[in-house]
Amino acid sequence: MSSTSNQDYYVPHGTHWPIIGSVGLSLTVVGAANFLHGTWSATPIFVGIAILIFMMYGWFGTVVKESLAGTYNAQVDMSFRWGMGWFIFSEVMFFAAFFGALFYARMYSVPWLDGASNNDATAQYLWPDFEAAWPLLTLPLADKFEVAKATMSAWGLPFINTVILLTSGLTVTLAHWALKRRDNVWLVYWLFATVALGFGFVILQGIEYAHAYQDLNLRLDSGIYGSTFFMLTGFHGFHVTMGATMLLIIMIRAAKGHFSPENHFAFEAVAWYWHFVDVVWLGLFIFVYWL
Amino acid sequence: MYTETTHDAAHGEHHDHGPAKGLMRWVTTTNHKDIGTLYLWLAFIMLLYGGSMAMIIRLELFQPGLQWVEPHFFNQMTTMHGLVMVFGAIMPAFVGLANWLVPIMIGAPDMALPRMNNWSFWILPFAFTMLASTTFMEGGAPAFGWTFYAPLSTTFAPDTTDFFIFAVHLMGISSVMGAINIIATILNMRAPGMTLMKMPLFVWTWLITAYLLIAVMPVLAGAVTMMLTDRHFGTSFFDAAGGGDPVMFQHVFWFFGHPEVYIMILPAFGVISAIIPTFARKPLFGYSSMVYATASIAILSFMVWAHHMFTVGMPVAGELYFMYATILISVPTGVKVFNWVTTMWKGSMTFETPMLWALGFIVMFTIGGFSGLMLGVAPVDTQYHDTYFVVAHFHYVLVTGALYSIIAAFYYWVPKWTGHMYDEKLGKIHFWWSTIAVNVLFFPQHFVGLAGMPRRIPDYSLQFAEFNAISSIGGFAFGLAQVFFLYIVIKTIRGGEKATAQVWEGATGLEFEQLPSPPPYHSFTEAPPVR
Repeated sequence: MSSTSNQDYYVPHGTHWPIIGSVGLSLTVVGAANFLHGTWSATPIFVGIAILIFMMYGWFGTVVKESLAGTYNAQVDMSFRWGMGWFIFSEVMFFAAFFGALFYARMYSVPWLDGASNNDATAQYLWPDFEAAWPLLTLPLADKFEVAKATMSAWGLPFINTVILLTSGLTVTLAHWALKRRDNVWLVYWLFATVALGFGFVILQGIEYAHAYQDLNLRLDSGIYGSTFFMLTGFHGFHVTMGATMLLIIMIRAAKGHFSPENHFAFEAVAWYWHFVDVVWLGLFIFVYWL
Repeated sequence: MYTETTHDAAHGEHHDHGPAKGLMRWVTTTNHKDIGTLYLWLAFIMLLYGGSMAMIIRLELFQPGLQWVEPHFFNQMTTMHGLVMVFGAIMPAFVGLANWLVPIMIGAPDMALPRMNNWSFWILPFAFTMLASTTFMEGGAPAFGWTFYAPLSTTFAPDTTDFFIFAVHLMGISSVMGAINIIATILNMRAPGMTLMKMPLFVWTWLITAYLLIAVMPVLAGAVTMMLTDRHFGTSFFDAAGGGDPVMFQHVFWFFGHPEVYIMILPAFGVISAIIPTFARKPLFGYSSMVYATASIAILSFMVWAHHMFTVGMPVAGELYFMYATILISVPTGVKVFNWVTTMWKGSMTFETPMLWALGFIVMFTIGGFSGLMLGVAPVDTQYHDTYFVVAHFHYVLVTGALYSIIAAFYYWVPKWTGHMYDEKLGKIHFWWSTIAVNVLFFPQHFVGLAGMPRRIPDYSLQFAEFNAISSIGGFAFGLAQVFFLYIVIKTIRGGEKATAQVWEGATGLEFEQLPSPPPYHSFTEAPPVR
């Protein structure tokens, strides 16, 4: 609340980007449903995504232009900060749902299927050969699934990826320090390092997936172990890709000299997001790979 | 940071001009009043759409046996009725009220993020078109109940379920964006002097509701995503054969679902806390206890979800914990009811239409609260579970609770919004007609429920015939009353006695003290003084 006049708070007038976004979003999901049913080709999905990218380019472009023109006062800046912070919280809760599923499977459903907690008879009648363990390599009805042959070790690629992401958290902080001392050259360098580490992570994750599918037969349809493994790491990998792309855009904007020590919320928002994917990864490394 | 603001030419003097003309005004608007109006109309359309499905349900249940619809179509009606009412009517109506009221209650020029505000609304018509269109597709609309339990919604559901899944994703995106906007507005846009503990309770309840929305809508998105991958990509989250568990679905769903019921009732508490003091001509009793009670309800709402699952086969320790935690919620809720009653104690009461609806809320919401206490007791819930007693319970809290507060809010603030008084006589007829009808509709359902009539079944045993016939008559009457309400709404918008700025003799708050009726398109270009 910086001033008693509300004149300074920028209230934009009329925008067509949201309706374009709604059309893109709807086309994407209707296309996806029809693609899954085999009634449409994949083309509508890509057209929908293209519309969404066009919308984001236009919408964010407008915001960047307004920001550079000095339209936003400190109070508008604070609205953006609250907005980004709560958006990240919503993302945390999305991952919480999948972590919840992982913990529920490990603590309850898998032991219960083997007869724990007063479920003896069920296990004996339905699947006498099933033995509870985690990671789960035997399944109650194994012939329905592609059973994994071995588990993913934590100390190979996943550990390297942990080091990569933690390092990228450091480099993005170094970039922030450079930005604060008006050192645009090192700002871009450190951002480049962060982007490279981010995409490097995604590439290594791809190599790990190939290893899982080809050598371990650990697949999305390998029962609950495969389901939680790929859904958690997959959504995380998607978020890393998004974060690295946003960092790339921030890097290009930094190279154009868009940021000053006083005005660089876009940089900070993406840095927050990057730390968020970092923290999620630590959770994944501990509970999916290690313990 | 900036001491002066430069506006570019296109936006110069943007506080002075009114809305653009034509249809595109509504599509491209960033004005909180326009967007509030859009939300409220969407909610009304959805109320009539969901209500017409309720009419089909009551028509079939008017007599035992199968007369009018196929059982599968009946299941589609119960499912879609629930989904449309929860996600299409009650939630958007409260977001509409928040859009209209929060900025003018805290002295803000608009919502904090006006463009995003537009998008959170304009996703919804697409989402509901997608959901409604499943009724006309092969396989029919979702027919597994609004709670879409696996494996009914995974292994045994038709292809159209995927449209339902994506519609839920879109609604979730819309709700989260809307909630972020409301939080940013409340935390960042208050006029100088409007401290947190001076905010009207409607603003407080919405702040906490928005927090609940951001916390649980993503969990719902996670649940439907797991459904999607179980259906199409071979995961086994909800499949015991692969080490998962259908019961896990219920846990994930109700972790969303229980806070969701408070999302639908906390803003109602805020509305009632505004109306009762006005017509009792006394300040609200126990303001700060109201704030803390709301926060307590919100925190507890995350810890009680499995009381929806007492019969699913949980360990006894789980049953006991969830029972005690659930009963605990009656304490902060009781604080609220007693505060409203105490506010009226020795007040100079008058009974204009908004007050009637608010009083109806207090009495009948409390009835729903008491049946909720009964359902919260694990050993007896074994008998009540999945009977019409549950149906009666949640309709008392959602129809005579949430919906009544929305209607009360309409009558209370519509003179402010339009500058026209509604017709007092018609408003009173609407209240008494609805209130008699709704009790004829839902009260007998307690009896058939306790006697063992299961919910979500198109036929029933002969001994339930009389009560069901009575219930159906009440249902048709209540439905017709809301068509009458549509007439009142349109009549009030088109004209009526001119409202004063304060509208009600005892009304307080920035919107009544600092703004004319109707308020200008852009209110509070200068931050108002806050006492």
